[in-house]
Amino acid sequence: MSVVVLVEVEEGRASLVSRETLAFARSLGAGNLHALVVGSAPEAVLADCREAGVVVVHEAADPALERYAAAAWAAAVEAAGRAARADLVVAPGTGRGNEVLAHVAARRGLRMAANVVAVESLSPLVVQRQVVGGAALERATVPSRVRLLSMAGHAVEPTPADAPGEARVQPLAVAVDPKDLRAQVVRVERREQGDSSGLTAAKVVVGAGRGAGGPDGFAAVDALAERLGGAVGVSRVVTSLGWRPHHEQVGQTGSRIAPDLYLACGISGSIQHWAGCASSRTIIAVNTDADAPMVTKADYAVIGDMHEVLPAVLEELG
Amino acid sequence: MTNVLVCVKRVPDPTGEVVLTPDGLRVDGRYAGYTTSAHEEAAVALAVQVAEPSGGTVTVLSVGSEDSLEQVRAGIAVGATDGVLVEADADLLGPADVAEAVAEAVRARSDAGTTYDLVLLGNDAADTGDFQVGVRLAYLLDRPVVAGVQTVAVDGDVATLHAEGPEGTEVYEVALPAVVTVLEGGVSPKYPSVMGRMRAKKAEVERMTWSGTPGGSGREALTVPEAPPSQVTVLGEGPTAAPALVAVLRELKVVHS
Ligand SMILES: Cc1cc2nc3c(=O)[nH]c(=O)nc-3n(C[C@H](O)[C@H](O)[C@H](O)COP(=O)(O)OP(=O)(O)OC[C@H]3O[C@@H](n4cnc5c(N)ncnc54)[C@H](O)[C@@H]3O)c2cc1C
Ligand SMILES: Nc1ncnc2c1ncn2[C@@H]1O[C@H](COP(=O)(O)O)[C@@H](O)[C@H]1O
Repeated sequence: MSVVVLVEVEEGRASLVSRETLAFARSLGAGNLHALVVGSAPEAVLADCREAGVVVVHEAADPALERYAAAAWAAAVEAAGRAARADLVVAPGTGRGNEVLAHVAARRGLRMAANVVAVESLSPLVVQRQVVGGAALERATVPSRVRLLSMAGHAVEPTPADAPGEARVQPLAVAVDPKDLRAQVVRVERREQGDSSGLTAAKVVVGAGRGAGGPDGFAAVDALAERLGGAVGVSRVVTSLGWRPHHEQVGQTGSRIAPDLYLACGISGSIQHWAGCASSRTIIAVNTDADAPMVTKADYAVIGDMHEVLPAVLEELG
Repeated sequence: MTNVLVCVKRVPDPTGEVVLTPDGLRVDGRYAGYTTSAHEEAAVALAVQVAEPSGGTVTVLSVGSEDSLEQVRAGIAVGATDGVLVEADADLLGPADVAEAVAEAVRARSDAGTTYDLVLLGNDAADTGDFQVGVRLAYLLDRPVVAGVQTVAVDGDVATLHAEGPEGTEVYEVALPAVVTVLEGGVSPKYPSVMGRMRAKKAEVERMTWSGTPGGSGREALTVPEAPPSQVTVLGEGPTAAPALVAVLRELKVVHS
């Protein structure tokens, strides 16, 4: 069996979810692990592929693919699938991974399973996948000539292969139909203002939810984030009430964070919020309710009013 | 004049505790109540924002049971013009089926004289999260599609769309007609006024049926994963716990100086 994995490049290397996806695809017993990289593959990406046991890296470096167009990327996936004679295509369960895979499914008249966490059988394809934003798992049979699935982020570890792969680079010719460029990025406005990259890269995130009480309830939150050299992250209640901007939102429909410390104040810890902060190394909750999910799921907790606790913490820090 | 169709799905409110029906096949929304996804609420708000100044119309469509009228009317209450209910048991449909049912409705409306310049959907449904209906619909209608969009502006025959990409905000300029899937965050959801609610109650909702045969979703069972036992160390209560909390911060080496 041969499998193609769509590898997304992030800051010059294979993105974390792509590396997880490679490890997962390998674990399915695919002897023949192929990767697809759109654009020229940097050396660090090839190193990631070797480590993951990839045999061939299909490099789709056609200039027509330079600016992102999901349909054109899907054409690249199809071309890689043909080159690898793949009967399984796996994409990272990111916005882009799911989008490209949906195009492949629609173009080829295939089924697709999104946000898979486990494969029970390959023929027919039986999967466990995340639904209801991760609150429930669905067991589903997704019969398809070519199996298409995306891998939920952080469901597996990005472990290296027992023996590295050759990761031989093979240029991939993609016939890009002008029709596939009807929806193409015309320009990228690099992040500066309204920037969530500070949040996703932060080592410390101080979070605040409805417990902040109002737009004026963030003084101590801001001060503590600054004192710890970190960023502020908030719940959706906070953004939908307009207390803080959306780019600060953590969760299923906000940013996914993985700091060393997440200090979550006045946040109940709904499944949708948890989806964005579960990868934090240590979580400390400050909450008036000792039974709030954020408290029971945290490593440490202080039971109390954040408006009293945070000023005391700032004072203690000096 | 820009006419917009918005697709909304009635789903059990996913913010509460997820309870399953006794057969383990569906989420039981009887306790939590029903709603639509936040993305679809944003789609409705964007649709109104785009159509209103141009003198166009906004149609809210749902594929589902009679109960889904509640979600269609909620869209009308915040500014949509009219509604369509494609009667079906949404639980028996897979994403490819829903896309076909919507495509059929778009064609039927077009034959009846209303063409949609834009079809807006959520990026993913709050319950099944298949991430597919919009893209599949676009292929059925042979239209360009952009996923994960947060803002939409229309000028003549071109829609300018903004979506968050890995390196920043990605801008698309797409010729209409087009399909767009929406992620919340670029527009504030609208709240119904008293007038809006009254209008919604009286508004015409056209009923349609889908002529296709469902391929189904392949669902065999749902499970709710059990929460791992709590490992929390309670450091104390109120401001007196501050020293203990700071001690943990120092131990974690997140306090510099
Ligand atoms: C499709 C979908 C996507 C979603 N995406 C997201 C998302 O990305 N991110 C997100 O956060 N949510 C998301 N949500 C919403 C989510 O379900 C919750 O509604 C939300 O996270 C709750 O925010 P909260 O914890 O601030 O508020 P609440 O749930 O109201 O909790 C407030 C908490 O603060 C505590 N508290 C109150 N006063 C104080 C005080 N003075 N001091 C200390 N503690 C206090 C309370 O005990 C409670 O635990 C999504 C929902 C849906 C349906
Ligand atoms: N039964 C339905 N009725 C109307 N719209 C739907 C239905 N199911 C899905 N959709 C739309 O398609 C989007 C994506 O759904 P999905 O591909 O299933 O995750 C949703 O956000 C809705 O806008």
